[in-house]
Amino acid sequence: MARIELTGVTKVYPGNVEAIKNLNLSIADGELVVLVGPSGCGKSTLLRMIAGLETITDGTIEIGDTVVNKLEPADRDIAMVFQNYALYPHMSVRGNLEYGLKNRGTPKAEIAERVNEAARILEIEPFLERKPRQLSGGQRQRVAMGRAIVRKPKAFLFDEPLSNLDAKLRSHMRVEIRRLQRTLGTTSVYVTHDQLEAMTLADKLVVMNGGLIEQVGKPLEIYSDPQSLFVAAFMGSPGMNLIEIEQLQALGASLPDMVPANTGTIGIRPEDIVLGDAGPEHISLPGTLDAIELVGSESLVYGRADGLNKELIVRAPGIHLGEPGNRITFSIPKAALHCFDRDTGRKRVATANAA
Amino acid sequence: MVENRPVLTFLTHAVLILGVAIVIFPVYIAFIASTHGPGTFLRGVAPMLPGEHMVENYSRMLAAGHSTSGAPPLWLMLINSTWMAIIITVGKISISIISAYAIVYFKFPFRTLCFWIIFVTLMLPVEVRIIPTFAVVANLGLLNSYVGLTLPLIASATATFLFRQFFLTVPDELMEAARVDGAGPIKFFKDILLPLSRTNIAALSVILFIYGWVQYLWPLLITTDTRYYTIVMGIKRLAAYADQEPQWNLVMAAVMLAMLPPVLVVIFMQRLFVKGLVETEK
Repeated sequence: MARIELTGVTKVYPGNVEAIKNLNLSIADGELVVLVGPSGCGKSTLLRMIAGLETITDGTIEIGDTVVNKLEPADRDIAMVFQNYALYPHMSVRGNLEYGLKNRGTPKAEIAERVNEAARILEIEPFLERKPRQLSGGQRQRVAMGRAIVRKPKAFLFDEPLSNLDAKLRSHMRVEIRRLQRTLGTTSVYVTHDQLEAMTLADKLVVMNGGLIEQVGKPLEIYSDPQSLFVAAFMGSPGMNLIEIEQLQALGASLPDMVPANTGTIGIRPEDIVLGDAGPEHISLPGTLDAIELVGSESLVYGRADGLNKELIVRAPGIHLGEPGNRITFSIPKAALHCFDRDTGRKRVATANAA
Repeated sequence: MVENRPVLTFLTHAVLILGVAIVIFPVYIAFIASTHGPGTFLRGVAPMLPGEHMVENYSRMLAAGHSTSGAPPLWLMLINSTWMAIIITVGKISISIISAYAIVYFKFPFRTLCFWIIFVTLMLPVEVRIIPTFAVVANLGLLNSYVGLTLPLIASATATFLFRQFFLTVPDELMEAARVDGAGPIKFFKDILLPLSRTNIAALSVILFIYGWVQYLWPLLITTDTRYYTIVMGIKRLAAYADQEPQWNLVMAAVMLAMLPPVLVVIFMQRLFVKGLVETEK
């Protein structure tokens, strides 16, 4: 158990490709931090640098109070869960769990005790003598977790551990990982591209893009108050609707007073848009319906407002029916607007609540 | 595929049986010849059924050899051949698995170049480089020795290449997991890679054992002392009789005995051999 401190961490690949650019992040003891971002954003590279599987070009990584830059993965006292589990195929489940402990010269009695404890926690006791290929995907995943927890490391590193599972199992394991991490209280870093995993698992969410951290915060904080255009568009599925302000002005729409100067783009969450006329506190945009996706509990309505070049997505509660080509009105509540700077794409101070 | 066409079934079986017969027939003739007395095969009409000299022929060849043709007893040549094949097999596999490990898992300058040099130089068969190789071995004073017999044949590009291809299919995460688990390069090789290569090693052993067993030209060049004769070259000595009809019954007895070990190896290793060739599950 330990905190992890990244200071000025940089990774440059041969050919001058900068994968991670001068990144700072501190992870408190016992915290579960989720790194999320599109593929190629450097989140996996960062995790592998913490693990010691990638060298660090510049900066320092501290685990506990030790600078681990030059240490082998084995000496960093971390455990990693891989996307494809990376179980040793020729060893039994027990052999897989024991291997790391044996290599560290842990006494036999303690190995047996720890393996049994881990097997009990993960409910894999019946499979201990089986080979990995005789297990189902979910069971393999548990063994991979088991291999991490028997070590009792300072930190767990998860590299998209659930992406090889089917949807149902994934949500089940998600809850389980959360519960396990809480019980053990081990500092964890978790890489995923799955929104849902990111939102539900994280104590602290780190949104990355192009080797940089876009925003760090509690999951809900990031969802409700994205600090940049990228975060606004990336988080949430579907992401935030982004409308260029010039197009709105060209339409003659009355912009609320609180939109700060130099705003280039406004954003609105799909669930905040109301269909139909909703009164003066809203920006009303007439348009046409393109398509409707009925999810059951809600409907995703795709449409185009007259004069805007981008499709708007509305998340309407319940079942919303309509034919493509129908006229509809998008009502955007002024209070729910997010304003982003014309030049930097960063959030402009939202005075929305004051209005 | 479910098919029910009797004519086709008949035809395919006929072709199959014919093929087997073509392959088996010479072996059968050899066996028959080895069971008859000296002259029977020179009369022009070859017998089709075993004769009664089998025990006599085999025991004579095994124990005493054929002194007039300058060949030692068969048991000595069989032992020599076995040694040679085993040393070549073990040597080839250990050297090539280690070099494949180096080429796949370690980053060093000119790694690809190294691989291609190994590949190109060793792709050349022994026959092509036989004169320089002979010169080197002779200068090292290794003529008439097991070292001389096996050393020049002991490196294998094919095996290196096969192991390299196999290692490339082993997921990188396995190596990374082992690193996190505290296994250094040697431990990873010993605990993970070697057990995973088990079936490949078995399949390759069979092929390499037979390769070593059937070596002819190299033993012929390098051994002049009958104590180091191998069985395959020994047969040639038996058949090469000056001014006299070869004693086919004895030659064929030697041939049958020479065929036996590779056949046994294939039979006993068959299960592993097939598994090694078809296994895809990691």
